[in-house]
Amino acid sequence: MENINLFVLLANWLRQWLEGVGASPDVIEVVMDVFGTVGALVFILLNALILVLLERKAAAFFQQRYGPNRWGPKGVFQTIFDSLKLLSKEDIIPKAVDKWVFKIAAYLIFIPAILVFAVIPFGEGMIISDLNIGIFYFVAVASTATLAFLMAGWGSNNKYSLIGGMRSVAQMVSYEIPLVFSLVGVVMLTGSMKMSAIVAAQTKVWFILPQFLAFLVYFIAGHAELNRGPFDMPEGEQEIVAGPYTEYSGMRWALFFLAEYANLVAVCSIATTMFLGGWNPIPGLGFLPIPTYVWFVLKVYFMIMLFMWTRWTFPRVRIDHLMHFGWKVLIPVSLVNILVTGIGIKIYQWMGW
Amino acid sequence: MLQQYAGIGAMLIIAIVFPIIVIAISSIVRPKKAAKYKYETYECGLETQGETWVQFKTNYFMYALVFVAFDVETVFLYPWAVKFMSLGTFAFIEMFIFIAILVIGFWYAWKEGALEWN
Amino acid sequence: MIKTQEISINMGPQHPSTHGVFRCVLQLDGETVTNITNHTGYLHRGTEKLAEARTYTQVIPYTDRLDYIGAMLNNTGYVQTVEKLMGLEIPERAEYIRIILQELSRIANHMLFVGCYALDMAGFTGWMYTFRDRERVLDMLEMVCGSRMTFSFMRIGGVPEDLPEEFFPALRSFLDDFPKMIEEYNGLITGNEILQARSKGIGVLSKEMALAYGVTGPNLRASGVNYDVRKAEPYGIYDRFEFDVPVLENGDCFDRYYIRVLEMEQSARIIRQALEQIPEGPIMAKVPKVIKPPVGEAYHLVEGTKGLLGYYIVSDGSTKPYRLHIHSPSFVNLGVFPEISKGHNIQDTVLILASIDIVLGEVDR
Repeated sequence: MENINLFVLLANWLRQWLEGVGASPDVIEVVMDVFGTVGALVFILLNALILVLLERKAAAFFQQRYGPNRWGPKGVFQTIFDSLKLLSKEDIIPKAVDKWVFKIAAYLIFIPAILVFAVIPFGEGMIISDLNIGIFYFVAVASTATLAFLMAGWGSNNKYSLIGGMRSVAQMVSYEIPLVFSLVGVVMLTGSMKMSAIVAAQTKVWFILPQFLAFLVYFIAGHAELNRGPFDMPEGEQEIVAGPYTEYSGMRWALFFLAEYANLVAVCSIATTMFLGGWNPIPGLGFLPIPTYVWFVLKVYFMIMLFMWTRWTFPRVRIDHLMHFGWKVLIPVSLVNILVTGIGIKIYQWMGW
Repeated sequence: MLQQYAGIGAMLIIAIVFPIIVIAISSIVRPKKAAKYKYETYECGLETQGETWVQFKTNYFMYALVFVAFDVETVFLYPWAVKFMSLGTFAFIEMFIFIAILVIGFWYAWKEGALEWN
Repeated sequence: MIKTQEISINMGPQHPSTHGVFRCVLQLDGETVTNITNHTGYLHRGTEKLAEARTYTQVIPYTDRLDYIGAMLNNTGYVQTVEKLMGLEIPERAEYIRIILQELSRIANHMLFVGCYALDMAGFTGWMYTFRDRERVLDMLEMVCGSRMTFSFMRIGGVPEDLPEEFFPALRSFLDDFPKMIEEYNGLITGNEILQARSKGIGVLSKEMALAYGVTGPNLRASGVNYDVRKAEPYGIYDRFEFDVPVLENGDCFDRYYIRVLEMEQSARIIRQALEQIPEGPIMAKVPKVIKPPVGEAYHLVEGTKGLLGYYIVSDGSTKPYRLHIHSPSFVNLGVFPEISKGHNIQDTVLILASIDIVLGEVDR
């Protein structure tokens, strides 16, 4: 597996070149981080472009229609033109809004969406900062997105937005707990919150096998955290038009949209890292000359397809059913999962494995 | 150890700067045509009915209270989970007592109807 | 004690799920609807008044614009009223063609309903499935009269043209595929857990309330009243066909939804029989060039797609109706909407509105 990874190689060259120029170690670190971040940003933007198209194509496939097919072969340039269109759209800020809250919300939604990528191991040695609290960092940063939704909902001074903002808080707050609890099992098995350690622990067995229940809980709670159907309560276009996004237009709206897809990639990446073995190849296929980051991206896209499948199959649930399910089903189940995992590990230890 | 957070700092700066740049670019490209009704609040094509910023009923108030308890629990739970393998049986049992207390609280909230959306 | 305030919110006329330009004002306490006020009239075109200045034949296109989802039934209702007024006998073949087209129109309408019901709870895929099949129905209707929505096909005294050659194979293959389509809807939409959880017990319309408000059509039958004009007071040649009137008991959203699926099956059954029995012969009765019904009045009821559709015509012996009144089922059914959605969630309100199946062309006339 040595020297296959193009990106690590590039990073090493850059590092050596910087050392050759005579930069101090601190400067080198910062420069490397900036490059890593830009790389992650490019990854997010590229993904958003691809995902919008993929989602529309997937939806078209599920619904037995063509989907976008005008721009370029099979419509592959559709999202590029769409984003150009969004860029040149007028930015309408209604008179009645709370201008500061309204504007800041659009920026604020974007920050956690990018920040979570700091701890995602894209491939072997490809992690921007391998924090020792990795997964905890993800959980903490991801939950701040709620604030942006509430700000957008309240700041818009629109009743639909207000209801949407309130709903998004209710939903994200409720589903954060099962999401967090479902990841505890993995941490117990690994004994570390460090992402690299979690991936390294899965070379033989992926955690989806011992933690299948947790995976299910994570998958369901992930839908709610992402505001994707069947839990797209905050947007609920049939009832509250577009929820917090109602008053946003042009590039500000695009930022929300971009953040949504960035979050989708992030949640799927975490699922891949925690349950599907991260960048490890599928057991038995390790001999193939496929770089680790390709394995990672493949698994992430598999997860994304699962998310799309659910979204385009189920209708939206009602808010009280949603809360009921989150609190009375998912939380007990995830607690039981922790319990079972703990007992299982102790039994293993007593048996002397 | 703090050096690791330099990466996050760099990310934070880029995450703040990127949307600003994008909106700045867009502000150069986009049209700016003022029109009287363009800046009205959307409410299905009509003028808004009454106030929006009222003391809105947040149905999830009780959930939020229970959430705080659980969120604090996660903070305690994660360090425990990390050290779980190396901890003895005593810590193991102790943690389950901790969880049990929470479960009792959860059960109480459930029984009292705090987990009902109404 | 914490005090909360209610907000009032406009839903419509420009709203994604008010099925046109219906507007209602919701009083919301949190997300719970405490009161609803209906506002109609955004699509008012004065059809009834316009008809007074048109000849009897010229009124036919206006009836298309009432319930534009199932326009064939509106056409038929109107021309049958005029025929009743004139005492005209219609040729056999024309009657059969009318039955086939009416029931196809009903299927098209109910498919749209089923799809929209799914769509109003964001079941986008279900919507696409019904529209895929509705397309075939509309294609067939297009073969007959060149139009997909506003047919204006029925004439006083019969139908203007015979069914084209290619219509019959298309209809037969559609009828062959039809059970499979229903199975698909039942799998994707009816059988969905989320849909059932959201629609059962929601917006319950009791038998008494339905009768008190004059609710008709599938909505009434979903509340447990067995009343279908096709059976109760057969018009045209409906008494020759064997079909059941599905009746469900609960009167909630799910029953109002599911009864439409069942009705589609019955409509297909009627079409199958009509297709077997259809005789050869003329398609137009002997009708004078200028239609001048004798002085008098006539009221005629048909089972429209949404319910009981009635036309009342007063003739003063001239070429134009003295007065035309239309009893439109959507308008009457809509009256019950505020009553049954009080106390429900805003999400349920949308669903209840969808389950009542209104079309604004008919509400506002």
